[in-house]
Amino acid sequence: MAERLIISSSPHVMASDDVPKIMRHVIYALIPAVAGAVYFFGIRALFVILVSSAVAVLTEAIILAVRKKDVNEVFDASALLTGILLALTLPPSVSFGTVAVGAFISIAIGKQVFGGFGQNIFNPALVGRAFLQAAFPVEMTTWIPPRIMQKVDAVSFATPLGGFKFSHIMTSHKALLLGSVGGSLGETSALLILIGGVYLLWRKYLDWRIPVSAMISLVVLSGIMFLVNPSKYPDPIFMLFAGGFMLGVWFMATDPVTSPVHPKAVWIYGAGIGFFVVIIRLFGGMPEGVMYSILLMNAVTPLLERYTRPRMLGEEK
Amino acid sequence: MLTRALKAGVHPDECKFTAGSQIQQFECPERLYVPLQQHLGRKAKPVVKKGEIVKKGQRIGEADGFISANIHAPAGGKVKTIEKVMLPNGVFDDAIVIEVNLESGEVAEPTWPMKPLSELTPDDIRIIAREAGIVGLGGATFPTAVKLTPPDNVKIDTLIINGAECEPYLTADHRLMLERTEGIIEGAELVRRAVGAEKVFIGIEDNKKDAIQKFDELLKNKSGWEVVSLRSIYPQGAEKNLIKVVTGREVPVGGLPFNVNVAIQNVGTVYSIFRAATEGIPLVERVVTVSGDAVSNPGNFVIPFGTPAKLVLERCGALFDEIEKVIFGGPMMGMAIKGYDVPVIKSTSGILCFKRAVREKPKACLNCGKCVEVCTLNIAPTRVVKFIRAGKLEEAKNAGLLNCMECGCCAYICPSRIPLVQWLRYGKFMLRKMEAQK
Ligand code: SF4
Ligand code: SF4
Repeated sequence: MAERLIISSSPHVMASDDVPKIMRHVIYALIPAVAGAVYFFGIRALFVILVSSAVAVLTEAIILAVRKKDVNEVFDASALLTGILLALTLPPSVSFGTVAVGAFISIAIGKQVFGGFGQNIFNPALVGRAFLQAAFPVEMTTWIPPRIMQKVDAVSFATPLGGFKFSHIMTSHKALLLGSVGGSLGETSALLILIGGVYLLWRKYLDWRIPVSAMISLVVLSGIMFLVNPSKYPDPIFMLFAGGFMLGVWFMATDPVTSPVHPKAVWIYGAGIGFFVVIIRLFGGMPEGVMYSILLMNAVTPLLERYTRPRMLGEEK
Repeated sequence: MLTRALKAGVHPDECKFTAGSQIQQFECPERLYVPLQQHLGRKAKPVVKKGEIVKKGQRIGEADGFISANIHAPAGGKVKTIEKVMLPNGVFDDAIVIEVNLESGEVAEPTWPMKPLSELTPDDIRIIAREAGIVGLGGATFPTAVKLTPPDNVKIDTLIINGAECEPYLTADHRLMLERTEGIIEGAELVRRAVGAEKVFIGIEDNKKDAIQKFDELLKNKSGWEVVSLRSIYPQGAEKNLIKVVTGREVPVGGLPFNVNVAIQNVGTVYSIFRAATEGIPLVERVVTVSGDAVSNPGNFVIPFGTPAKLVLERCGALFDEIEKVIFGGPMMGMAIKGYDVPVIKSTSGILCFKRAVREKPKACLNCGKCVEVCTLNIAPTRVVKFIRAGKLEEAKNAGLLNCMECGCCAYICPSRIPLVQWLRYGKFMLRKMEAQK
């Protein structure tokens, strides 16, 4: 008879989803966007993604070892995910050195400085991206046309948002949806991002309220602006599909670590992202504002949580 | 018939393998270890001495105060001694050891009025519950007589009979509902009369369609009585949840069901009231589901209190060499026992044996919010636990710590495998300690 029975606190059963599994599925959901990047920008895109992922994972492993933590944590795949996400937000022509710096900063400054997994306030990939934007402003705003777009002037080539902001050129909704436009590696095709997003929705690995509230707030606000002055402001569908909005709200704003948990806070967080994207794009100096909007809402998340504790069952209304 | 569903909660694999096994009487062992603490409240005081001969059903422990319960001898025999035994929660406490005389069929005279059911007054019914040592058999083991005595200024309009049995594996209530349907209804009628309710709801989860049907057939034409079919989800059977689901009322934080004019009783409890009233037998045994992958002959058994787990498991063909964990109760809220000597008591709804205890190293909180999503009381467990870990007990309290019923949904769903319930218990303990010092 086994005399030593194991005793532990209830519950004695557990759901099958654990952290590594969730991270894995988020990575699967990025496969369409990664494939799109390779299709639109050639095999070099794959190397950018590989360099970014490898540096991210390596940085994580080294820091875990230095901090005397369990190095096996890298197999959570969360560093790998950060690496892939960072790569997808970079211009296709970015140099490998820049990619490596970005991936290093993402993990070292974006995540481990705060204490590692679960402790960071800002989305690590976006921290890396923001650093690169500041350190290499020209490289980070130099765009090349996708392979399927023929006969364009490669020197003055712009993204749809840039084209609109600086030269008032509209890009068709169809091109934005399919991805035959310029932009960062993983952001050009709204459709490919949506496929991954819907997969995660179906598996319930993504908080649907975040992309939904962000999209609603963006469409409503930019819709109002469009109605006020259609010749000056772009239409809401353009706003939705152009630039990094889809990639941002489906894959970065939904990063659980840096998004709120209280239901009301979640809605405000999502809506806030949509709001700031419209403000920055239409009234700011830059054509794009997804990254700053998400980082901004990441920053106010602790505050939001403090004031939105849900009403408990039986608590006074 | 009504159909209702709880919002939030979790749905673990039901594993109700014993749903088809008829209730069997478990043979009374030669020696019973009957603890004096089988209920919530004060421990009963022993009223028998070493060497005394007791009859079946004789009171051997006397309720100590209002919130306490009588303890009776599950079988006739001789009191061997009073000694400490380990209870399911791991605490050693006094138990009356009875050397059972299997030949003696003598049953003690009931200490409560024996009349036709229709003549029992509300006071008679309360006396029965009190004298027969009846406690809530759903798990909380709160003395039933107390629940049948609402304050004078409170009018109870609704009685809910709880047949949800939402814990995985457990089928004791299910079988009771199928095999003792009339007794449950008669017992419910007694409780209805005692609390003065006009409306009676019988809430049963829809993974027990046969039981729903059986009650519905018997109650269709009975005005004021209604069967509620509940979509299966855990923890629908928790009092506050079931009251909300069935009546839409919310028991105030820190309050009790009577605050919203509701009384709620488990099916096993009302059946034991019926049995005491008709057969004169106090609460000395209960239906227990024995199951799990380390048991070769699982089933539902009526087991006398004081029967050591070991005997039950031997009888059910437990694979002792392979067992890693034994749980008293269900897998969501039950307790893992430390040794096989722990006796079956009033709270033992199940004995589950598993070959593998789930053990996973907790990771840092991912802040995924799943625990918040599943908590039916709308507590944000991740935040409460973060406060506890940081020693901020006041904040934890403000965030709802004391409201938590330890249902386990949050820890069940947590992808970082954080033992949230353990932290919540620890937090409550520390908070009480802190407040006691003030
Ligand atoms: S479920 Fe676990 S990981 Fe997710 S927020 Fe709650 S405690 Fe954190
Ligand atoms: S916080 Fe308490 S009541 Fe809420 S799910 Fe966790 S254990 Fe259950």
